[in-house]
Amino acid sequence: MTTVDPRPPAPDGRQELVLDRVEAFRRRRPRLTDEVVTLAHGAGGKASAALVDAVFLEAFRNNALEPLGDGAVLSLPSGERLAFSTDSYVVKPRRFPGGSIGSLAVHGTVNDLAVSGARPCWLSAAFVVEEGLPVAELSALVADMAEAAAHAGVAIVTGDTKVVDKGAADGVYITTAGVGIVPAGRRLGPELVRPGDAVLVSGTMGDHGVAVMLARGDLDLEADVESDTAPLGELVEVLLAAAPGTRWLRDPTRGGVGTVCNELAADAGCAVVLQEAAVPVRRAVGGACDLLGIDPLYVANEGKLVAVVPAEEACAALAALRGHPLGADAAAIGRIAAEPERIVLLETSFGGTRIVDMLVGDPLPRIC
Amino acid sequence: MKFVDEYRDPAAARVAVRRITELADGGRGGVPYAFMEICGGHTHTIYRHGIEQLLPETVELVHGPGCPVCVIPMGRVDDAIALAEQPGVVFTSFGDMMRVPGSRSSLLEAKARGADVRMVYSPLDALKIAQANPDKRVVFFAVGFETTAPSTAVTLLRAREAGVTNFSVFSNHVTIVPPLTAILDSPDLRLDGFLGPGHVSTVIGNRPYQFVPQRYGKPLVTTGFEPLDVLQAVVMLLQQFADGRCEVENQYNRVVADEGNPIALRILEQVFTVRPHFEWRGLGTLARSALALRGEFAAWDAERLFDLPGVRVADPKACQCGEVLKGALKPWECKVFGTACTPETPIGTCMVSSEGACAAYYTFGRLHRTAPTLAAASS
Repeated sequence: MTTVDPRPPAPDGRQELVLDRVEAFRRRRPRLTDEVVTLAHGAGGKASAALVDAVFLEAFRNNALEPLGDGAVLSLPSGERLAFSTDSYVVKPRRFPGGSIGSLAVHGTVNDLAVSGARPCWLSAAFVVEEGLPVAELSALVADMAEAAAHAGVAIVTGDTKVVDKGAADGVYITTAGVGIVPAGRRLGPELVRPGDAVLVSGTMGDHGVAVMLARGDLDLEADVESDTAPLGELVEVLLAAAPGTRWLRDPTRGGVGTVCNELAADAGCAVVLQEAAVPVRRAVGGACDLLGIDPLYVANEGKLVAVVPAEEACAALAALRGHPLGADAAAIGRIAAEPERIVLLETSFGGTRIVDMLVGDPLPRIC
Repeated sequence: MKFVDEYRDPAAARVAVRRITELADGGRGGVPYAFMEICGGHTHTIYRHGIEQLLPETVELVHGPGCPVCVIPMGRVDDAIALAEQPGVVFTSFGDMMRVPGSRSSLLEAKARGADVRMVYSPLDALKIAQANPDKRVVFFAVGFETTAPSTAVTLLRAREAGVTNFSVFSNHVTIVPPLTAILDSPDLRLDGFLGPGHVSTVIGNRPYQFVPQRYGKPLVTTGFEPLDVLQAVVMLLQQFADGRCEVENQYNRVVADEGNPIALRILEQVFTVRPHFEWRGLGTLARSALALRGEFAAWDAERLFDLPGVRVADPKACQCGEVLKGALKPWECKVFGTACTPETPIGTCMVSSEGACAAYYTFGRLHRTAPTLAAASS
């Protein structure tokens, strides 16, 4: 092939300067410029990160909070370590294929503890109830919580109830906090991640987000998709037994695997290189996402984990995950690379490469 | 997915890329071929599948003005927010429009301040909201090219048929030919051909593009939205150069008929009239480039029913979106790129949507230069 001069380079290397500036800017944590809170601040992307940094971290700053993990790991004077996590649940509709706000409120917090490396033990549950909610519905949701807690092996040991005026809440909101015990010697964290490590997921991506979106009924789309909401405690133990060198774990909830990989790349100062063809996505979920113009990489899961394991333990880890009912579709979806730092790359099934960036706002469907 | 996977086959992609590399060898007189994809949907496909990294450096894709969200000027977004903030109004919009900044805020922020702004997937959903809330005045923010205009038209016909009086449309529909002409008329144009918009063409057909080769001597290939469609269209454009041809071709003939969709065209005619002029973000005011509701639909026309500020907000002076859209400037050559204008705080159209040329370059710029090593590593 005859070579062709690309467009004449800027004589002063200005393109390089501009790219350097952009890169420096991208490395900064997003800045909060908004005057009011919008739904984008709750979507788990850049806006959420900006809000957390500017408002919460700024006010509460301490060593346990600073890593902004799924749960804080706290050392007791005895030397034992606890993981402590909390989450609020406002899902709409309250009941969806595969689960309800009740089961979700238990699984979500249990999973945050589990991926912090802890064995989940105790939960609290606080309810904000809108007046007018049928007691039968509340009982049914609470029964879901009890069942989920029993299944996950945790006890709900304290709680609170508040009732607000009609219109001041949407039915019921549930907040759970959880405490778990971190076994001695167990260490997980982005600082342990090394180039060459393998990135695994425990199953299909996007099931929960798509199931809830379809259950809302405003799309006129029907598909057989169930939420994957499930407790991950057991799966984490199975994984850590098979791959004791496991470096890092997260549950890709809001913002999906795309967002947690971005957080990983930023926290570990490395590149995460994913293979699109290797990411397991159910056909119905992929189809719904295609129709809506949403990328399944950004869609929420509630019963899946993302793990970084040393390359030499990847096979054992994958086999262990696949041996558990919750990990049957587990897959190795990529690897850690040294460069480009703090960037998530996707090698597309089509043979191209693209960057998977943090979402700026909600993954709102495109119109054309 | 049946009938989709076939258009995403990596083996077929390699064949197409090989063909492109052969045909584009040497570029066009030593510089790369520059082809503009007019439609934002194509830009999305190009990024989603990483097509730019597959192409040889002898072919360059320039991202055009066909993202309906990006071309809406700030003044119209301000009008939309003013509408949404009127008491008793439920303002309905496609999701993409909610984040687009006006001169002071976006619809998403207006919603946070208390306006009843709801995201809909179709104008018919907005009509349903109107029927379910007879005490509210429901306004639909209609945006888009000839692709989405027919669904707005159908909704208006239904509203009239059902006698729904609390529903109205704020029309910002635009047409594809005027911006294309504006780009072609640009003295600093440096484009060799166009990928024609597939979805718009399902409605208007291929005939309206004949002037592109005839008057301006540039080939145009109408194409679909799967990655192989885009690659094949590039092959077809290059083949025209190889054969010494210059014409309109249809790669998307599984969907696009030359004469378009006569039923859709008829209802467009029935409901809309062409505005004398309309302002485009980045391109200025273009004559006969947008659609307003006809007089007989005045009762459903938000522009007539409500008092709108209608203030024209000039594009920021430093913003050079127009030049970027025309392919005359690279995003990084713009004065405000990456400083005042970023994806979080966009100034111009090219930064507003993730499909815009500047937003894409902001995100992918560095990757372009690391791409060769990546490609080598993955092949």
